[in-house]
Amino acid sequence: MLTPLEIEAVSLSLWVASWSTLTVLPLAIVAALILARAEFWGKSLFDGIIHLPLVLPPVVIGYLLLITLGTRGVIGSWLLETFGIRLIFTSAGASVAAGVMSFPLMVRAIRLAIEAIDGGLEAAARTLGAGPIDRFLTITLPLTLPGILSGAVMAFAASLGEFGATITFVSNIPGETRTLPLAIYTATQTPDGDLEAARLVALSFTLSLSALILSEWLGRRVRRMMGRP
Amino acid sequence: MLDIAIKRRQGSFDLDIAFQAPSQGVTALFGPSGSGKSSVINAIAGLSRPDAGHILLDGAVLFDSARRVDVPVEKRRVGYVFQDSRLFPHMSVLDNLLYGLRRVPQGERRIELEPVAKLLGIDPLLKRRPHTLSGGERQRVAVGRALLAQPRILLMDEPLASLDAARKAEILPYIERLRDELNIPIVFVSHSADEVVRLATTLVLVADGRVRATGTVAELSVRLDLDGAIGGPEAGAVLDTTVVSHDPDSRLTALRFNGGELTVPLLSLGIGQPLRVRIQARDVILALEPPSRISVHNMLEGRIIELGEATGPSRDVKIDLGGSFLLARVTQHSVERLGLAVGTPVFALVKSVAFDRVFPGPAGKHIAL
Repeated sequence: MLTPLEIEAVSLSLWVASWSTLTVLPLAIVAALILARAEFWGKSLFDGIIHLPLVLPPVVIGYLLLITLGTRGVIGSWLLETFGIRLIFTSAGASVAAGVMSFPLMVRAIRLAIEAIDGGLEAAARTLGAGPIDRFLTITLPLTLPGILSGAVMAFAASLGEFGATITFVSNIPGETRTLPLAIYTATQTPDGDLEAARLVALSFTLSLSALILSEWLGRRVRRMMGRP
Repeated sequence: MLDIAIKRRQGSFDLDIAFQAPSQGVTALFGPSGSGKSSVINAIAGLSRPDAGHILLDGAVLFDSARRVDVPVEKRRVGYVFQDSRLFPHMSVLDNLLYGLRRVPQGERRIELEPVAKLLGIDPLLKRRPHTLSGGERQRVAVGRALLAQPRILLMDEPLASLDAARKAEILPYIERLRDELNIPIVFVSHSADEVVRLATTLVLVADGRVRATGTVAELSVRLDLDGAIGGPEAGAVLDTTVVSHDPDSRLTALRFNGGELTVPLLSLGIGQPLRVRIQARDVILALEPPSRISVHNMLEGRIIELGEATGPSRDVKIDLGGSFLLARVTQHSVERLGLAVGTPVFALVKSVAFDRVFPGPAGKHIAL
């Protein structure tokens, strides 16, 4: 039913989106906690920087990644020399690009969930003898779970569709960085690629919609588990 | 014993509170909303930090600004029952109950799940989720959760305020049982005179961030200088009595208190049971001579020791019965007509049917009335 090329694009997209979501998740939780709970000088600047990928042109993000994580970039050269990790032109690099782009979405969802927690519950846990880490693990984190899940699925869906930063940073290499959106772009640039493009678009559509429906379903389940009908 | 003396400024509100609460029974912090009662128990719990002062519990320092001691909330071992119960929504009732218990070392666990669940009548609820419980059930679980954390003191912040009258009636007996059957001091915040009269052993009257008066409920209920802080139009003396005899033929029960005896309609209580009664000032009639041929059972001989300020047409009169006190609300006109003054010997007539507020006494077991 699907051509090997389509299977390749879909599985690569899923791989890239999964990795980007999983690696970014812990960072997003920390950032969301800081934004929801901490008060410090320069908080709005921190907030702004986190949200930049939402408003900057994706190509700008791709460019910034290129000059920092490229083999001659500050971080990129260090990664290559120390760990032998090369991000540029690799699917790992595509995950990084997708991760950076979807980061603000995830932080936002988790932050809202943390802010929605009744602080009184944590105070109650304190009176019952729970220290800070204990409280975080037994009260805050479980109650944030619906937000974490929906944030993760949103970020996953967004990562599936990441285009601008990816093509700028890791280029468009078949089997390595040519994810679904890049494959669609390639098809539209190819003579007689119209049918191929349409098929890929339909695939992309199905994939994203499934992710959103799954997120809704999971969210409802988790909310019920958390005791909120 | 709880020994507290704290100062705290919150915006324009100035809290300056000092009192001591005995190791047994219920100490009620009583006063209008916004008088600073909740701030006091938040300070005891450590949820808010006083600017200065000290909080000692059985000799252990919880807070002392001079010695720079401020024990963190989680190390204080205070049980806190919040007005809004604050059960953890993602846990079952059982897990809520065990939350505090699990954080106490094995060797220090005295209060166990089973008796607490039984005492509070929550054993059928253990598998349920908090959102499926009624308000009264939720509050009982919250009390159980606080108790199982093995607290050295139990703090209750208007635990009944969010409940309707029926739920209140459902939970009050349980709190009475806590008071009578557990050896934990309870500090109870309330703005309801009924709750306080029913539950408190010691009363701390709070107004505008200050302690206005401290004492037993019986003492404070007859203080005329508190201008109706307890009870208002329903002000009246609270007497702690014991059941001395029943007369099934005349369907009457006799109660003895320090200074006399009262006759009330037959009660189904054992002889020797403590019983707290409240005699509203407006139900007491004063006479200068013992009237004969009168339907009233209770005629108590005493002496006027204080006359309150005239409020409208009426005045409260405090009568010494020889160990206990009674309040009578009479008209200013009667005061003048009878020449009532401090020192006047009087007979206080109390209709037995006026005993509409009869509660189990602080030392007694719960009795269904």
